[in-house]
Amino acid sequence: MFESLSNIAESVNTAFFFILVISIAMLVLITFLMVFFVIKYSRKRHPTSKSIEGNKLLEVVWTVVPTLLVLGMFYFGWVGYKFMKDVPEDAMVVNATGRMWSWLFEYENGVQSDTLWVPLGRSVHVKLESQDVLHSFYVPAFKIKQDLVPGMTNYVWFTAKEPGEYELFCAEYCGQRHSYMLSKVVVLPEDEFNAWLEKEAKFVSEREPSPDADERELTEASLIRRGERLSKIKGCSACHSTDGSRMVGPTFKGIFGRSTVVVANGEEREVVVDEDYLRKATLNPEAEIVKGFQALMPPQRSLLDDEELDAIIEYLKQLK
Amino acid sequence: MGNRAIAEHAPAAGFYEEKGRFSGLFAWIFSTDHKRIGLLYMISILILFSVGVVFGFLMRLELVSPGKTIMEPQTYNSIFTLHGVIMIFLFIIPGLPAAFGNFFLPIQIGARDVAFPRLNLLSWWLYISGVVFALLALFTGSGPPDTGWTFYAPYSTQTGTNVSLAVFAAFILGFSSILTGLNFVTTIHRLRAPGMSWFRMPLFPWSLYATGWVQLLATPIIGITLLLVIFERLFGVGVFDPLKGGDPILYQHLFWIYSHPAVYIMILPAMGVISEIIPVHAHRTIFGYRFIAYSSLAIAGLGSLVWGHHMFVSGQSYTADVVFSLLTFLVAIPSAIKVFNWVSTLYKGSIVMETPLLYALSFIFLFSIGGLSGLMQGALSVNVHIHDTAFIVGHFHYVMFGGTGFGFFGALHHWFPKMFGRMYNKTHSRIAWFFLFVGFNMLYFPMFILGWMGMPRRYYDYLPQFHTWHLMSTIGSWILISGLILMFANLIRSLRKGERVGSDPWGGSTLEWSISSPPPKENFEEIPRIDHGPYEFKGASKE
Ligand code: HEC
Ligand SMILES: [Cu+2]
Repeated sequence: MFESLSNIAESVNTAFFFILVISIAMLVLITFLMVFFVIKYSRKRHPTSKSIEGNKLLEVVWTVVPTLLVLGMFYFGWVGYKFMKDVPEDAMVVNATGRMWSWLFEYENGVQSDTLWVPLGRSVHVKLESQDVLHSFYVPAFKIKQDLVPGMTNYVWFTAKEPGEYELFCAEYCGQRHSYMLSKVVVLPEDEFNAWLEKEAKFVSEREPSPDADERELTEASLIRRGERLSKIKGCSACHSTDGSRMVGPTFKGIFGRSTVVVANGEEREVVVDEDYLRKATLNPEAEIVKGFQALMPPQRSLLDDEELDAIIEYLKQLK
Repeated sequence: MGNRAIAEHAPAAGFYEEKGRFSGLFAWIFSTDHKRIGLLYMISILILFSVGVVFGFLMRLELVSPGKTIMEPQTYNSIFTLHGVIMIFLFIIPGLPAAFGNFFLPIQIGARDVAFPRLNLLSWWLYISGVVFALLALFTGSGPPDTGWTFYAPYSTQTGTNVSLAVFAAFILGFSSILTGLNFVTTIHRLRAPGMSWFRMPLFPWSLYATGWVQLLATPIIGITLLLVIFERLFGVGVFDPLKGGDPILYQHLFWIYSHPAVYIMILPAMGVISEIIPVHAHRTIFGYRFIAYSSLAIAGLGSLVWGHHMFVSGQSYTADVVFSLLTFLVAIPSAIKVFNWVSTLYKGSIVMETPLLYALSFIFLFSIGGLSGLMQGALSVNVHIHDTAFIVGHFHYVMFGGTGFGFFGALHHWFPKMFGRMYNKTHSRIAWFFLFVGFNMLYFPMFILGWMGMPRRYYDYLPQFHTWHLMSTIGSWILISGLILMFANLIRSLRKGERVGSDPWGGSTLEWSISSPPPKENFEEIPRIDHGPYEFKGASKE
């Protein structure tokens, strides 16, 4: 709780302890005086009271002393905050997107991930954007937090001081599954981090047309594996289960070939799920809403490219 | 003390017996008598408070262990929204001013009623209409609102639940609050008894005066903001929608420009109550009368300029962050001044530890914890870590419930004999206090620890490392609720069975203790002339 696992946490802890010590002292003083007076001047011991109207000197003292103390607190808080706002220029940039109810992290080389991987000891500059409503990027261990506001790019930065996995929460209420909008920050030594980044970069580049025609054909098995990963990275699994349980959206289990009732323009219609339907339902979900569900599915038309969509559909088709 | 002077208690039932144009229930809901309106408010407010408590209890029960306990996430989200809306808009904002202010403000300044008695009745009717709309929002449309009491855009403008009606309810309640503020400010300006100069006025009216101005000036802003949310939902005007050039942060500014001053609407009257209770039960004049009076005005003034401290991590400008942080620290000072003066009022008193004083001293203790934790939140860097965590929930329950709530209960026990002419069972009231005090701290203190550990607020579910403290907090809620039941049972029973009391069971010095209990209609046969300050006690030696 009080370790400093990031460079930011240090200054937060200092300011907190400064205020905490003064606060405890104040509280003890006030409580002690109350109890002491109540006992000492109880009617039994002190039958006639003395009406003291006030004391100018005391009033000055207990105005000036607290003023100085709170100005000190303000100063400590400000210094730490200024530090949080000044991003070092050589920091590694990661773009983070928050959306109901998952996180997407994008690295400069195009790698995408639902977990934030960072190198140990290097400053990381996270740019924050929201795709729908307010969210907040919160890593308690690092003592950093910043809201994600639609239409705005906010940021946080930090340097991790210990390797490990740390919780990442959404701290601004964002609807039904707000408390499940969790992820992790994984801190790796620089060389391990670079190895991870390279491995992931392959995942991105695999689908790029390579000059060698044979390699370009992805095998079906690897396409499905791609689809499975993409359904996590792109946030589908935040609303759709694969085990048959009902979450915010209908389950993906056995989706291909089942018949579903959809509502379009107030009219109900029964459809059998085929590849074409999956495509439409993913890209333009607002056109037809599955009966019994809310229109909460974010349209994917500008969020998935053709190849990503193909992979996801291939994956959905075989979920029995 | 309690069974003193029963003989002087001639017109037994005071204003309760007065026959007006109507009888039965109508004699109450159409009465313009400030005392009847005060009691109407008190009953309505306490009923809604109980509803809010039930929702709070259910939330704590859900959080007793990780995973699903008794409800689904959507239900939980609605319940914390309703808990907040009810406790803020229906209990704590009207709370002390509307119930005790109505009853005691005119009496304490030597008036027969408030300046605009009919407007006063209209306020109550508006309040009830607001309640009706809020209830309608629960049972109509597609599910109760799930936005949190803050109605933050753009979630509030997008969610499919019944937000519009709930927001409309809050809009109407705003008018009730504005009219009460207007009425009190005018009453204090125009209707003080001859000789009652500003500085001979008791401190409860002083606090209501400061509150009245805030109600009058700040509430219209929330009204407009809430209307904008409705327009946004119905017509998609786009003021808060970035795709149409709007700004979600604008909503937060508009919301907090009202809602921060509103927390002073909530706490100031309670501070006024404490300033009444302590001198009476310490049997001596208040220490630093003018400093307490002026600090109410300072709190009202400075408190209107600190709203941005709710938004340090929202993305508002850095300069705004720094300025708001500085102002936030400054508003702590008048509150500290009050606390020091209250404590000094005990010095060389002749103190009887009656139940109201127990509540008043607990107020000081709990409010101090609330205020000091507020300093932590006011410090920019620390705020970044604890904003939107359980720490904040702990903090505002310490100030709102530990402060205003305990102030309300203190007022209830202090003025109960005056309002009903009977005394409650004092032993039972002390036991109830004990349960409340212990339960309260057990319920809310763990939230500071949880928040510092990183537990976000408004979470339906949580990770296992938070379990111990959540469990403790939930057990605290059971103790607290037992205390509440005990307290209300004792008071309700005493309405009929309590021992009769005379006009002045505590040996008080302000005007309400000079008239019979319960007070007669129109309070004073002859308007008193005032030639001294409010807290001059018989038998207390002067310095
Ligand atoms: C915010 C929650 C959410 C996210 C994220 C989400 N969906 Fe959905 N999805 C829904 C909801 C709710 C429905 C049902 C209502 C509707 O038809 O729009 C739905 C419906 C669907 C359907 C139609 C299901 C059926 O039974 O007919 C498909 C296919 C689908 N989503 C695919 C996806 C894919 C692929 C992704 C990831 C790129 C995704 N969804 C992400 C909420 C979500
Ligand atoms: Cu979120």
